Amino acid sequence: MSQHEQALRRVSAVRGIRGVMLVSASDGLVVADVSMEDVDGRAVAALAASLCARLRRATTSAGLGVPGVVHLRGEEGVLLAVPAPNDMLVVAVADRGANVGLARLELLEAARVLG
Amino acid sequence: MSDDVRTLTAQLAADGSSLAFLDLAELLRQRGQLGPALTVAANGLARYPDMAEAHSLHARILADAGHGDAAFDGWMTALRLDPADRSAHKGLGFLYYRAGDAPRALRHLEAAAAGAAADAGLAAAILRMRAASTAPEPVPPQTQPRAEDSVATASPPMPFSLDVDSSLPDDAELFAGLEGARDGLLLLDQHGLRLGGGLRDGDGTDVADTVAAHLAGVSREAARAGRLLGLGAWQSVSVECPDGNMHLVAPTPETVLLTVRDIGVPAGRLALLADRAAQAARRWLEGLS
Repeated sequence: MSQHEQALRRVSAVRGIRGVMLVSASDGLVVADVSMEDVDGRAVAALAASLCARLRRATTSAGLGVPGVVHLRGEEGVLLAVPAPNDMLVVAVADRGANVGLARLELLEAARVLG
Repeated sequence: MSDDVRTLTAQLAADGSSLAFLDLAELLRQRGQLGPALTVAANGLARYPDMAEAHSLHARILADAGHGDAAFDGWMTALRLDPADRSAHKGLGFLYYRAGDAPRALRHLEAAAAGAAADAGLAAAILRMRAASTAPEPVPPQTQPRAEDSVATASPPMPFSLDVDSSLPDDAELFAGLEGARDGLLLLDQHGLRLGGGLRDGDGTDVADTVAAHLAGVSREAARAGRLLGLGAWQSVSVECPDGNMHLVAPTPETVLLTVRDIGVPAGRLALLADRAAQAARRWLEGLS
């Protein structure tokens, strides 16, 4: 199992995670993914990259720096994205009842390992 | 495909001369499906080249897609066909706003508001343009707003006075009593226009209008992500950064509220502050209406 897969599988083991993937931040393409059941991985990658790019412009303009964690909360689930080195994003899609706190920590760890 | 889109598409397929293209293109635009919206509007425009409403709609989609140049031309054409076209006046007003031309922006926004039903975003924009037009600092001369005036490259348009003499609620009242009312709470519309509140960076520089411009369309993008990823309607977006945290909610479908605090404020408390500010924003917007 590659280092990428190991890092992503740790995230996917968190309760409520429907899928996790490594995404190219600049073009929104999937680099690697695991457990993306019932989730359109290409859509996740494109939407997460686009949203993160927009938010990055806003936070930089606001003097807050580059986002470290992005958390979109919906009525039925959440999207989490953490920038990783080499212009990558680690992105997870989770159910509403997911352990978001633990998922956040595992995503940060995955981003560190992938660097 | 939703029922509405399916019904309108069927109407259009059954009768190519149907005006259903107006509703269909607008519906697609509102859903962020700009490519299909543009195709539908362009086809309708080809059939009805003298219809101001069709030009206006086509321009609105172009503006959403970031083609400010073409949108400008479309709205001008609409006004040549119908000098009272509200949508064209509104669009041109926002383009001139982006270009930093407050007098022209005000003229078009006031024309858009004439005889119209209440539009909170429009009313607030007029207030701000009036304030900008009477500000002591001269507004630099501008030519027509062109593509380079797009959101991505827009510079902070102009300083605004918050003390506007008007029968409408002053935006100083917007977040009255809330922490960060002037420098950490910002209400904006879907076009990236600041409706009220303020935001300053660590150096104390006013960054509200720039940040608002960058967040134009974030609500639409979050909605699209929620829909396509099965997350349901979006409720909030929180962003953790090295020098502060940002929290976004939508007090109404047409507005976005940004709350910014330093990193010492826990995420849960930030969300609570944002919820309180959103309640205040809803009350204020109702007052505008």
